[in-house]
Amino acid sequence: MSLISAVDVSKTYQTHALLGRGIRKQVLENISLAIEEGETVALLGRSGCGKSTFARLLVGLEQPTSGEVHYRGRSIDELRHRETQGFRRDVQLVFQDSPGAVNGRFTVRAIICEPLRHLTTHDRAGREARMRELLEMVELPADIADMLPSQVSGGQLQRVCIARALAANPKLIILDEAVSNLDTHLQASALDLLRKLQRDSGMAYLFVTHDLRLARRFASRCLVMDEGRIVEEFPAASFEAMQHPASQLLKSAILPPMPAKTRRGAPVG
Amino acid sequence: MTGEILSIENLSVEALVGKETRLLVDGLSLTVRRGRISALVGASGSGKSMTCSAALGVLPPGVDLASGRVTIDGVARDAATLRGRHVATIMQAPRSAFNPVRTMSDHAIETLKALGRFGSDAADRIEASMTAVGLNDVKRVLGLHAFEMSGGMLQRMMIALALLSEAPFLFADEPTTDLDLVVQLRVLELLERLVEERNLGVLLVTHDMGVAARLADDVAVLDRGRIVEQAPVMDIFQAPRHHVTCMLVRAHLSLYGMELEA
Repeated sequence: MSLISAVDVSKTYQTHALLGRGIRKQVLENISLAIEEGETVALLGRSGCGKSTFARLLVGLEQPTSGEVHYRGRSIDELRHRETQGFRRDVQLVFQDSPGAVNGRFTVRAIICEPLRHLTTHDRAGREARMRELLEMVELPADIADMLPSQVSGGQLQRVCIARALAANPKLIILDEAVSNLDTHLQASALDLLRKLQRDSGMAYLFVTHDLRLARRFASRCLVMDEGRIVEEFPAASFEAMQHPASQLLKSAILPPMPAKTRRGAPVG
Repeated sequence: MTGEILSIENLSVEALVGKETRLLVDGLSLTVRRGRISALVGASGSGKSMTCSAALGVLPPGVDLASGRVTIDGVARDAATLRGRHVATIMQAPRSAFNPVRTMSDHAIETLKALGRFGSDAADRIEASMTAVGLNDVKRVLGLHAFEMSGGMLQRMMIALALLSEAPFLFADEPTTDLDLVVQLRVLELLERLVEERNLGVLLVTHDMGVAARLADDVAVLDRGRIVEQAPVMDIFQAPRHHVTCMLVRAHLSLYGMELEA
């Protein structure tokens, strides 16, 4: 049984106009995808292709217009209270915009302890200990706990968000462009960290990104999304096999690893 | 406006943190030549954007210029005459750089008026700049507000406004960081073409070594407010000398499954 699966999911947004008819826009069209325990799947696509909407559907932040999301074989709409609690603990989302994903008036301690308060049975001392452990896991210094989001760097805040997602020992973390805004060397260390955590705990990842380089480095299986549909699926090891024009376009946009031979030569004078 | 070489000389920026003064940029000197793209690279927080802001006299509150000057062909210029006249600027987040309740037309007219160049040929000049950046549907785009445009279109519009100033130099602060990769490539191609066609001198601030590899002629590496290495782009990638440069190049190449030679 898959950990989580989308079964023929579609999503249409409808705008409502005061006069005349609103505009319907279909953003997802008949998407089916299953994620097994401990697996890393990359979902690739350009901005606006529907990949973030899909991520939000998977965690229940949005309702599909048709189709269902299944968690351990059961539709997430049919889960009982206790099961819902389990679902929320098991499936976590890390957003791209970390300043927008935290409460600016909370300290780092409060941000990381929030899921511990709601989803675990830790007492105050237990939460504090777990928070320290989490900070260590994401390689942040312990004294960051008393700081506010505005006082830490973007890279540090993204690690705080990863720590928050890890807090309740999830089974799946959905990373929605979660490392895209970090410096390259921080991206590399964030991916190393996630891979290490996966080895230790057997978590699954859904890695949503537009950067093929990251997907190739991190995932075992890749899906390409274009205009709300999944147009291609291939193992990460065989990137050369990509066929679809949308995949080709993503590939052609990869920046070169090295500069081309001198363009304008040495400066004059 | 003419000028061949823009030099930032001995620039230092300090901020008051608690009761102590902290140097954010420390004695930085940098040269931008017309027709060339100089990249300023470094990790976030290394002082890249502060350098641009300080050179143009637009530092945020609480941050002060401690020393330094900007010269063009050896003549010192104050920040107010540099901005818009000698140096045009494009920034990272195009959406927040536009007034949300004003149309693109209002922005273009305001740019010309601020520079004292609003005349009978304004419409033609606006059209020419917009066509140059690939915004071909000029009439329609001029009527749009920022929220009605994609990130790529907004960045093109920002470049069009920069071209309107006819400034010989362009400071581009992370111009493609918020754009998707396909749009990023188009914007980089556009910048490269404009440098060649208009002989612009560009200071390209970026944390992405891929952007530097694609576009830069020369690279300066910034670490904690100091330039630690400065060299032609090939040397930076093939034979980096400073350990910070090595770290940046190594992390960049690791994304491609490549390793730094030697």
